[in-house]
Amino acid sequence: MTATTTIVPKATAATRKRRNWGRVGLHVFLATMAVIWLMPIAWAVYTAFRTFGDTTLNGYFSLPSSLTLQNFFDAWTQGELLRNYIQTLAIVVPGVAITLLVASMVAFGVVKFSWRFNIVVLMLFVAGNLLPQQAIIVPLYHLYLALPVPAPLSDNGGLYDQIFGLLLIHVVFQTGFCVFVLSNYMKTLSKELTEAGQVDGASIFRIWWSIILPLCRPALAALATLEFTFIYNDFFWGLLLIKSGDRRPITSALNNLQGQFFTNYNLLAACSVLVAIPTIVVYILLQKQFIRGLTLGSTKG
Amino acid sequence: MTQAREDSAPDQAGLTAGRPGAVASRRRRRYSLLTRRDKIMLSLMVGIPLFLDLVFIWGPAIASIIFSFTNWNGIHGISTNNWVGLGNYEKLWSSYAPFWEGVKHNILWFAVLMFVATPIGMFFAILLDRELRGARFYQTVFYTPVVLSLAVVGLIWELQYSQDNGLIDSVLRGFHIAPVDWLGDPNINLWAALVAASWRHVGYIMVLYLAGLKSVDPSLREAAAIDGANGAQTYLHVVFWVMMPINTVIVVVTSIEALRAFDIAYIINHGKNGLELLSTLITNNSISEANLIGFGSAIAVVLLTISLVPIVIFLTRITREERG
Repeated sequence: MTATTTIVPKATAATRKRRNWGRVGLHVFLATMAVIWLMPIAWAVYTAFRTFGDTTLNGYFSLPSSLTLQNFFDAWTQGELLRNYIQTLAIVVPGVAITLLVASMVAFGVVKFSWRFNIVVLMLFVAGNLLPQQAIIVPLYHLYLALPVPAPLSDNGGLYDQIFGLLLIHVVFQTGFCVFVLSNYMKTLSKELTEAGQVDGASIFRIWWSIILPLCRPALAALATLEFTFIYNDFFWGLLLIKSGDRRPITSALNNLQGQFFTNYNLLAACSVLVAIPTIVVYILLQKQFIRGLTLGSTKG
Repeated sequence: MTQAREDSAPDQAGLTAGRPGAVASRRRRRYSLLTRRDKIMLSLMVGIPLFLDLVFIWGPAIASIIFSFTNWNGIHGISTNNWVGLGNYEKLWSSYAPFWEGVKHNILWFAVLMFVATPIGMFFAILLDRELRGARFYQTVFYTPVVLSLAVVGLIWELQYSQDNGLIDSVLRGFHIAPVDWLGDPNINLWAALVAASWRHVGYIMVLYLAGLKSVDPSLREAAAIDGANGAQTYLHVVFWVMMPINTVIVVVTSIEALRAFDIAYIINHGKNGLELLSTLITNNSISEANLIGFGSAIAVVLLTISLVPIVIFLTRITREERG
């Protein structure tokens, strides 16, 4: 610990030397761990870049005779990944936006005003988000089959196998987490701002939209990043609430693609890399937001 | 909410005193500042999302409990004739071997995440919580698996475990060791899946814990150092205990992860042949392969009941914070 070094001044040459060796050992340990941690990803990327002929001839654990982008093209065209990416886009973009708007309304209502069932409402949202999805899937599946939904939102009259249905469950489920984070965040905002708005005669909706939302921008940015990956990475809802392979978002479509490419590991590797890329790019660009989003949920403020 | 009440008391007194009805209730004062239109607006802003939450999450949770007492097949309408009482639970308990396999596997899943992956994540966080060249880089590396979908994690590890093409067996072959069927052998595929799950869980815990460590008051550490405690002693006797709230979050997060375990097992072999989990048993019995709605729901109720433990722990913590 640095604190120790500064407070105890009489470090002898021997202890200083020991500390230096400790530092070297620490770096060796961490570097080894980092290599181990990256190895699976590196192996997937490496496999994706090799040709099927090369690996069948020389084995996978060999130096490549050639590297190629062909697997990515093949996976893209044979797997018809484009349509699944479009489905993903149609879910993720409105999903994140609507979730954040809805959650900020709920958090605003729960935190900024005292009424009788405040805490109950907050608990219902938070606990709902913590339930294992599998514990509610069977009735939800039948609800999705049974509920009638009008035409522009559904082309089969129900919620099952519909992008709208998938969007709906994502918004409802993720709202719980965002309400929790945003309510913690809103508690740290000054009460006077809301009250000043009320005294000036601004409507509740206006106070939420023009005062509270702009103040929550840091939390919203962090949550947007996090929610993007949560919804993008969802496998379960898309697998069970969407039946048609061509309507599944890309992550859930992995289930079909795996069956399709089972005999060709190079294509499978290319698939997994293609699916991983968007979240990895977002993570590298917005690492700070990411980590802040997670820690906002676990610590206060 | 107590917090709101306390904050408002001093500065609100003057503001509200002049308004009629303000004396009625201290608790409701803030709410009574609102006009009628505002109240309606506010009820809609909270009420509509709450309604959807009740219909699409809590409704199905309760329906799971009701279905679990029936033999409904999901096709014909459900009626009182479908009532079988505790029949599904008796069958689960006594004559359905995969159930106990699933329970065992979920317990192992929890144990490995909690007692192997979580301590490693905490250890990484402690190592990185100091002035260290490259700390940021290491953090980025360890956290990378967390941004991947669990399905992608499963797929990536399939590429490592594959008997013909995988990294691990290729290395073994290099050392003239017989390759192992990591994912096909029901005695070891759970452990193989757990390595994949842990690979991701470590980074998650590391980030949560690192944030907690950074928020520990540095004067506590200085005080411990003055008392002659070394780094390890300071951590074990001071820092760990100060971080109790984060420790609770970590236990809750880990339990929920273990109960939700599904994607990796499903990607590998649809949760069969050694990879049975409560979650995969529910979907396999009631949705994908069979129409045993009641039976699958009984498993769902078991899962739901266990998950109430970490959920209640977490909610208790929130309520305590609301009061404090």
